[in-house]
Amino acid sequence: MTPDTIDIRYVATLARIALTDDEIERFSKELGELLGHVRALEELDTASVPATAQVVESRNVLREDVERPCLDREVVLDGAPQRQGGFFRVPRIIAE
Amino acid sequence: MNAAEIARDVSAGRVSAAEITAATLAQVQAVDGDVGAYLTVLGEIARSSAARVDERIGAGERLALAGVPIAVKDNMCLEGARTTCASKILEHWIAPYTATAVARLLEAGAIPIGKANCDEFAMGSSCENSALGVTRNPYDLARVPGGSSGGSAAAVAAGEAAIGLGSDTGGSIREPAAFCNLVGFKPTYGRVSRYGLIAFASSLDQIGPLARTVEDAALAYDIMAGYDPMDATSLDRPVERTADSLRADLAGLRVGIVREFDTKALGERSDALYREAYRDLERLGAELVEVSLPTANYGLATYYLIAPAECSSNLARFDGVRYGLRVEGADVRAMYDNTRAAGFGPEVKRRILIGTHALSSGYYDAYYVRAQKARTLIARDFERAFAQCDLIACPAASCPAFAFAAKSDPYSMYLMDYYTIPMSLAGLPALSVPCGWTTPEGATLPLPIGLQLCAPLFGEKLLLGAAAAYERATNHALAHPAQIGPVRA
Repeated sequence: MTPDTIDIRYVATLARIALTDDEIERFSKELGELLGHVRALEELDTASVPATAQVVESRNVLREDVERPCLDREVVLDGAPQRQGGFFRVPRIIAE
Repeated sequence: MNAAEIARDVSAGRVSAAEITAATLAQVQAVDGDVGAYLTVLGEIARSSAARVDERIGAGERLALAGVPIAVKDNMCLEGARTTCASKILEHWIAPYTATAVARLLEAGAIPIGKANCDEFAMGSSCENSALGVTRNPYDLARVPGGSSGGSAAAVAAGEAAIGLGSDTGGSIREPAAFCNLVGFKPTYGRVSRYGLIAFASSLDQIGPLARTVEDAALAYDIMAGYDPMDATSLDRPVERTADSLRADLAGLRVGIVREFDTKALGERSDALYREAYRDLERLGAELVEVSLPTANYGLATYYLIAPAECSSNLARFDGVRYGLRVEGADVRAMYDNTRAAGFGPEVKRRILIGTHALSSGYYDAYYVRAQKARTLIARDFERAFAQCDLIACPAASCPAFAFAAKSDPYSMYLMDYYTIPMSLAGLPALSVPCGWTTPEGATLPLPIGLQLCAPLFGEKLLLGAAAAYERATNHALAHPAQIGPVRA
């Protein structure tokens, strides 16, 4: 498998979570320990075992492509932290 | 009163839904300051729902859950009600629609009393990971109610609802049921629609009831179960009614006792209680057979890769744009980082981080794929076991309700779900039913423990039927009352 270390700074970047120095120290230790526990899976011979994707039954779910009512736009937008007219308001993404 | 009794009395006109609702809200008023089961009490919605139920009964409608007060775990949407997942990131979010499972109960006459506390995003085993409130165990207020559906469990145990709605990913219905002297039932994966359940780990999450009796759990399940086009993973196959199939004995059934789950490790008293429970099953006519689940011991390791991986993906939607909290930053990237830093609590961050790591480039095969293969082995173990038996019996939790802050190390908390995770990974229906009382070292009050019963896929009818026979013969739940300050449930 892989060593029981986790580059918390890098992973937090991928996960889009700003961490404090205390959190970095604490999570590195705690998650390193957890990775130590999950190493137990190396004891299992899984070479010829298929990975489980669905436990019950898997099938394609299709439906007719027809219009039907959706959630009320006003109600949904009211749940957003910021809105402008009929839109979600987001910070500037493209520089001028 | 139990749900079945309430529904019978309201249907017969002996009492109105309005009266039941008023009495339940009065109980909430009296005890919830101590218990803390609810994050939001829905007084107005409850009263107007009750008025509508009384009208429908007056017009001659028959409603299976007429006037039954329910507690809805706060990770399920109820239109117009605050739905928080016990997280700061959704603290003020009002749900714009109602979850299918909730809608079906309301349509059957149930009254929503409140939104119940839980571990943040259903991640935890004690409710201590809630960012919005503390819930105490009604049987000993110095102890946790279990989790993650701890608010739903505490509400039912304290008489603040007759049925609690929970969600179970690795044991989040069964463990709090065991801690709060209730029946807690996780149906087969896919039996109950998750539309409107805020997702944690989508290959595992399943909604189910917590109740004071097996009959009540069966009643609620019969209403909730069944295909829903709004949830593509809900099963499109016929549902067998369970509430009218409760058994009086276990004649002709083989019950598997798992060799690897040695109850001696749980201490002398719990060991004795579980042995007695197995003997009770035998006395009811079951034949006990030893079965083996050799890879069940790898359940925790498997679960703590798969569930966080799925959680890291599901919780990506909390980005400060579409719902809930936003914390500004210098640019959009900093806004995401700051919003998620302020909005998520420590356990949610831990799981997002470990899941992101397990799915990241270079680690995916070593962690995630290996865990999904281990999951296959665990499911195969159950298949082999069920070739020799009809049901499996084992403990529901590793110990009775523990004191607050007793499991401060994350891994010691994860161990709570040792006995429930394997069934979740295999998608199997399983429940916890009260099986006795113990006063562990350091406790001053007797605490309940739960027996877990598990059936093959789609075996709900047999499972609930057998649990009813055990409950009827032993009646452990009635041995001690809940202790809520001067008020008793």
